[in-house]
Amino acid sequence: MEIDLRTVAIKPLRHTFDHIARRFGDKPASRYQEGTYDIQQTDIFHYRPMWEPELQLFDKRRTKVQMKDWYALKDPRQFYYGAWTIARSRQQDAAESSFDMIEERGLADIVPEEIKQTALAVLVPLRHVEWGGNMGNSYISAYGYGTAITQPCLYHAMDHLAVAQYLTRIGLVLEGPEALDTAKDAWMEAAMWQPMRQHVENVLVVQDWFEIFVAQNLVLEGLTYPLIYDYLDGDFSANGGTVISMMTRFMGEWSTETAKWVDAQIKVAAAESAENKTLINDWVKQYRPLVLAALAPIAQRAFGEQAETVLAEVTAQFNARCTKAGLTV
Amino acid sequence: MDMNVKKKKLGLKEKYAHMTRGLDWQTSYQPMEKVFPQATFEGIKIHDWDKWEDPFRLTMDAYWKYQAEKERKLYAVLDAFAQNNGHLGITDARYLNAVKLFLTGISPLEYVAHRGFAAAGRNFPGVGPRVACLMQSVDEIRHSQTQIHAISNYNKHYDGFHDFKHMLERVWYLSVPKSFFDDAFSAGPFEWMIAIGFSFEYVLTNLLFVPFMSGAAYNGDMATVTFGFSAQSDEARHMTLGLECIKFMLEQDPDNLPIVQKWIDKWAWRGIRVLSLVGMMMDYMLPKRVMSWKEAWEIYFEQNGGALFADLARYGIKVPECLTQCTEDKEHISHQAWATFYQYGGAAAFHTWMPNDEEMDWLSAKYPNTFDKYYRARFTYWRDEAEKGNRFYSNTLPMLCQVCQIPMLFTEPGDPTKICYRESEYEGEKYHTCSDGCKHIFDDEPEKYVQSWLPVHQIYQGNCFPDGTDPTAEGFDPLAAVLDWYHFNNGHDNLDFEGSRDQANFAAWRGMATKNT
Repeated sequence: MEIDLRTVAIKPLRHTFDHIARRFGDKPASRYQEGTYDIQQTDIFHYRPMWEPELQLFDKRRTKVQMKDWYALKDPRQFYYGAWTIARSRQQDAAESSFDMIEERGLADIVPEEIKQTALAVLVPLRHVEWGGNMGNSYISAYGYGTAITQPCLYHAMDHLAVAQYLTRIGLVLEGPEALDTAKDAWMEAAMWQPMRQHVENVLVVQDWFEIFVAQNLVLEGLTYPLIYDYLDGDFSANGGTVISMMTRFMGEWSTETAKWVDAQIKVAAAESAENKTLINDWVKQYRPLVLAALAPIAQRAFGEQAETVLAEVTAQFNARCTKAGLTV
Repeated sequence: MDMNVKKKKLGLKEKYAHMTRGLDWQTSYQPMEKVFPQATFEGIKIHDWDKWEDPFRLTMDAYWKYQAEKERKLYAVLDAFAQNNGHLGITDARYLNAVKLFLTGISPLEYVAHRGFAAAGRNFPGVGPRVACLMQSVDEIRHSQTQIHAISNYNKHYDGFHDFKHMLERVWYLSVPKSFFDDAFSAGPFEWMIAIGFSFEYVLTNLLFVPFMSGAAYNGDMATVTFGFSAQSDEARHMTLGLECIKFMLEQDPDNLPIVQKWIDKWAWRGIRVLSLVGMMMDYMLPKRVMSWKEAWEIYFEQNGGALFADLARYGIKVPECLTQCTEDKEHISHQAWATFYQYGGAAAFHTWMPNDEEMDWLSAKYPNTFDKYYRARFTYWRDEAEKGNRFYSNTLPMLCQVCQIPMLFTEPGDPTKICYRESEYEGEKYHTCSDGCKHIFDDEPEKYVQSWLPVHQIYQGNCFPDGTDPTAEGFDPLAAVLDWYHFNNGHDNLDFEGSRDQANFAAWRGMATKNT
């Protein structure tokens, strides 16, 4: 059965804004469309930036990648602010209930000592890598071109901050504030972390924003997240460390979701031109061995004898992912 | 082993410090000055970023929780508004013109604020201010999007909203707010924080954001006012960030004082010029007025701003000198601005009109020293002429101020009958400004302000016609060509409210919704 409420029907003059209608026709537009397309200014800037006088405030020349239409780099998740923050708050609710349960029942104490030490040594220092991810993505959000890509990069930057904060909480739950100091010392001094810190610092000074996107969001995350939140997490679960898996649930879900977005950007940019494809291929080929070298001592600590096998599997999966996105690496 | 001993709960401040402060590090594989290349060129000296006092302590989990709650409520109201013809609940279709000014002139600035705070959130070497700036950056994209979404429903039914981004970049009066934000973003991160974080978000927000949102509340605009309430707690956070930022700069090194003072002087005046548009909106465009511009100025600037500057005096900060002129200007600027828009109503993307008798009486009462003496006769004359079918439109173009880009419409201090001009010379060329305040800004950074893209100059240079226009063709109508280039629907977006499509449609639709004929 249907019931039919009557309303006063008024025929609108138009269904959306002109800049949306020019792209999609004059029909009702989604909130993602109205909140995203063409809202970055593109023409007529009054002053050259004092920090980069040779370019305009928003300028396509801040990357070597070129697109006829920068809004082709759309987000398959259609995240505008509201959609993003509501999605994240749901995930956060789930994470929070895990942390609450662990803290209230003292479940950290039942984690086997060996697992706990691995988590402290491997997971907690990664908060600094996450902070690097925040910096790279906020750079893209500031200096990238077109809201379609600059917008999700800010969400991605904030997500990285959140992951850094979850990792911090893991340190606090497993040991307390000392865990953070120990992890920071390791990050600064321990041989195991120096290749990774060096790599993260090198990416911090890259100028080309799309190169940062490839180095950070595709290569570094594409190799690190499966290694840690898939393989290591599996080891934890299999060996009595389910409590730790409960605390990294957000990261696992998040990387699956964001990888789809990253792949969509790479696929579209690479398909745009042979030049773009070459650039992106070269960046992947440049950064992949650097990240693998940086991950090697971490994998050694996490997987011992299995480290090489695990890294090889992760690399194979990563290569398959790149191929699927249209790259030849 | 005692399984039940719980770890000591950390306090909020302590917990927040672990969640943010510990994250960064002194880089050693790359030099810090390469990682943070914008940190020093403005001359601001920071010795210890750890002295930064976090103005609010929000971790991402709490941020998502609060913000998602607000978003759910806001979009529920916007959906209901659209479903139930909420646009017919406003006091009068004239009110929509204030919303048009907001969407074309303010919402795109929220967007630039988002990009600028993302840059600040990358560029400061201290983790505390970086996280706070990033939170503001993501709030600002929220504001730009929620405003677009709130106002989208008006665009479906009324004129003037339809191509706001295109218009922002081109239309003469929109270069006033646009150049303001371009100016701030093209400066370094510290000046950005004084310009937007402090002057705009702290000193002026009550004179900008609040009048528009209160105007929405007074005029039955459920969509905009719901956005306003939803943004209130964000704005409160932004204000505390701006204030902390200025205190931090001043506390770090005495050499920072003259630089900060110069920026405060500049951005206070720059902001006040932009507020002329708000003044005219409050006094003329709201069918149901909230308060007069003069009253708002007295409460929010003279009283509240006075208290703020008294607080900053201990750092050596003085009230900007240019502000003494504001005491006189508050009696005039809204009338002068509206008179200008009325005359150039053919080239504005909103409707203009002359106030009715009751409204003129309100203006007399609110401006006893000036309205009757200087403005009422002119406005009555224009109204009478319009009623006789001689609605006056100026077809010439006004000269613009090189700094604030407002037409030369303000008057000489001490003489409200004489237009104020100032002149400077730079590299053999003459440049004109509207006031001592703007001249001072120009003279301090001429190399920046000679770059201004002044809409009127550009029209005269032939840069504002659609591609393929032949200005030598017989019967060429330059104004029509410019409006075409602006993407105006000539005859619908512009001209007098009386006789407009908005007026007719609103009356007809309200009739459909409230009567049975």
